[in-house]
Amino acid sequence: MSSMRAFVAVLGRDVFVTGRELPSFLAQVLVQPVALLFIFGKVLGQLGYTQPGYAQILLPGMIALNAFLVSLQNTSFPLVLDFSYSREIEDRLLAPLPISWVAAEKMLFGALRGLFAALLMIPIGFAMLGDIDWKLSGLPFAVLCMVLGSFAGATVGLTVGAAVPPRRINIMFAVILAPLIFTGASQFPWAQLDQLRWFQVLCLFNPLTYVSEGMRGALLPSVPHMAPWVCVVALVAACGIFGVLGIKFFLRRALD
Amino acid sequence: MAPAVEVSDLVKRYPKSRSNAVDGLSFRVHRGEIFGLLGPNGAGKTTTVGILTTRVVLTDGDAKVGGVSVASDPVAARHKVAVVPQRVNLDRSLNARQNLLFHATYHGIARAQRHRLADELLDRMGLSDKAKARVDDLSGGQSQRLMIARALIHRPEVLFLDEPSTGLDPQARLFVHDRVNDLRSEGVTVVLTTHDMDEAEKLSDRVGVVDHGKLLTLDTPEALIRSLPGSGTIDVTVRPNGVDSDRLLDLLSSVAGVERVERIGTDRGGGEPEPRLRLYVAEEPSALLGPVAATLHEHDVAVSDLSLGSPTLEDVFIEITGRELR
Ligand SMILES: Nc1ncnc2c1ncn2[C@@H]1O[C@H](COP(=O)(O)OP(=O)(O)OP(=O)(O)O)[C@@H](O)[C@H]1O
Ligand SMILES: [Mg+2]
Repeated sequence: MSSMRAFVAVLGRDVFVTGRELPSFLAQVLVQPVALLFIFGKVLGQLGYTQPGYAQILLPGMIALNAFLVSLQNTSFPLVLDFSYSREIEDRLLAPLPISWVAAEKMLFGALRGLFAALLMIPIGFAMLGDIDWKLSGLPFAVLCMVLGSFAGATVGLTVGAAVPPRRINIMFAVILAPLIFTGASQFPWAQLDQLRWFQVLCLFNPLTYVSEGMRGALLPSVPHMAPWVCVVALVAACGIFGVLGIKFFLRRALD
Repeated sequence: MAPAVEVSDLVKRYPKSRSNAVDGLSFRVHRGEIFGLLGPNGAGKTTTVGILTTRVVLTDGDAKVGGVSVASDPVAARHKVAVVPQRVNLDRSLNARQNLLFHATYHGIARAQRHRLADELLDRMGLSDKAKARVDDLSGGQSQRLMIARALIHRPEVLFLDEPSTGLDPQARLFVHDRVNDLRSEGVTVVLTTHDMDEAEKLSDRVGVVDHGKLLTLDTPEALIRSLPGSGTIDVTVRPNGVDSDRLLDLLSSVAGVERVERIGTDRGGGEPEPRLRLYVAEEPSALLGPVAATLHEHDVAVSDLSLGSPTLEDVFIEITGRELR
């Protein structure tokens, strides 16, 4: 009971701090995907370098990318800093709730931020690209994928954030984030990769692939896509595996 | 009622370390007591505090705060303790007052009460005008005081202070000492670690001295000092008038009650060099003034300065932990 109250208070602290830094948070989560959307969906299309309809394929992928990646970054980066010189997190580690709940709070909050960033992409995408033709009955499943994708991103973020020592934070960008961005089927439909079999297989290791495919399958059923149940199973599995791993690493970092 | 702190056969070995940081430590702290934990660098003080505040996982033995085992019920233990750590760990995303408020919220203090307590504690710690200051803008002493306020806001049963006055100026140190004494009158149990022997002697009801993770001794400061053999001192500066210094040492050593004589320096006040000698005595040093003066007078040695030193906790500390550097 008192642990639950402490959990809510710890979550409240993160909401409070983020609320105060809203402009910088928005810049952090929107600039990159909006730029990508603009160049690939709008500029290249108008110059005739992409086929008509590519913007359709791109938008669900960009939303998925935001859900997954913003969650991942917003869980891992603060954690790396928290565990480094500042030790700010200690106050929360000494609050009357189990340490694993503090880890869970970090994940939950990272996922909420990712979800928020993903939802924001929807109106932006519509406004920027214009003629978007979604199958509205697929929306609930697309939202499910977004939610699962945010949580998957947060669990991977917790694992990475608790495992990477602060002085390696630069490496993290190069060897973890960049590959995740480009192997997640967010800029291309995974099911059409059969000419590039090795790459298709590689993409299966990235949880983002299932978010992109699930959303695209639900909103644009005519585009070849992965079976919806595969997406759900894979994302739930990713949440489970990385959730457990992340909490384990977190405990190891939090306690001497 | 259970003791405030109870540590039995406590062992901590850090991963990848070859020796135990805490090695079979046992002691109790009574309720309402101020307990000093002393020891050289690396003795295991911070580790012990870490275990008792659930930040460090114990390897073996048992540690209880307010009757709750920190290993089997860390969440309940965190309700009972508060810690002011050796290093600043304030929440840098929050200002001074918010640090107190959020900490209180984590501990389930009701809204109206936490606002009242925060203002009260800021005032008591002399930080009222810093309520809205960013943590990064506080000086070391102000951060320290804010951490004490934060520790007190959830009304802990036991407060751990890890080197509370390191890096403080004399005013701030006195201020912290006064606050610790306030806590004594409020019945809060305080465990403090320090290297400042005057501080330990002044504040603590009892002190435990640890080294290499083991408890070497535990008693009231007065009893420890009394137990120290040959720890009263008499410093004399003499004009030898031809008596050479070896002879001088022999003469003084032969006075009944003097345990040891050490030459601690020379005064060169213009004329003949005047050796300064320290006599370590077994009993109250003033009782030996007469015999020492008489002996010197007999041999025509003039005394140009003389002062008494009573032993301090520092002497006890050096005596039992040795002189070598860690
Ligand atoms: N996180 C850690 N990992 C490995 N070894 C550690 C860790 N923390 C402390 N130690 C080791 O444990 C021993 C005890 O350290 P501790 O910090 O408890 O000493 P201390 O008495 O607080 O010293 P000081 O007076 O310098 O603060 C030291 O040898 C130290 O090197
Ligand atoms: Mg220490």
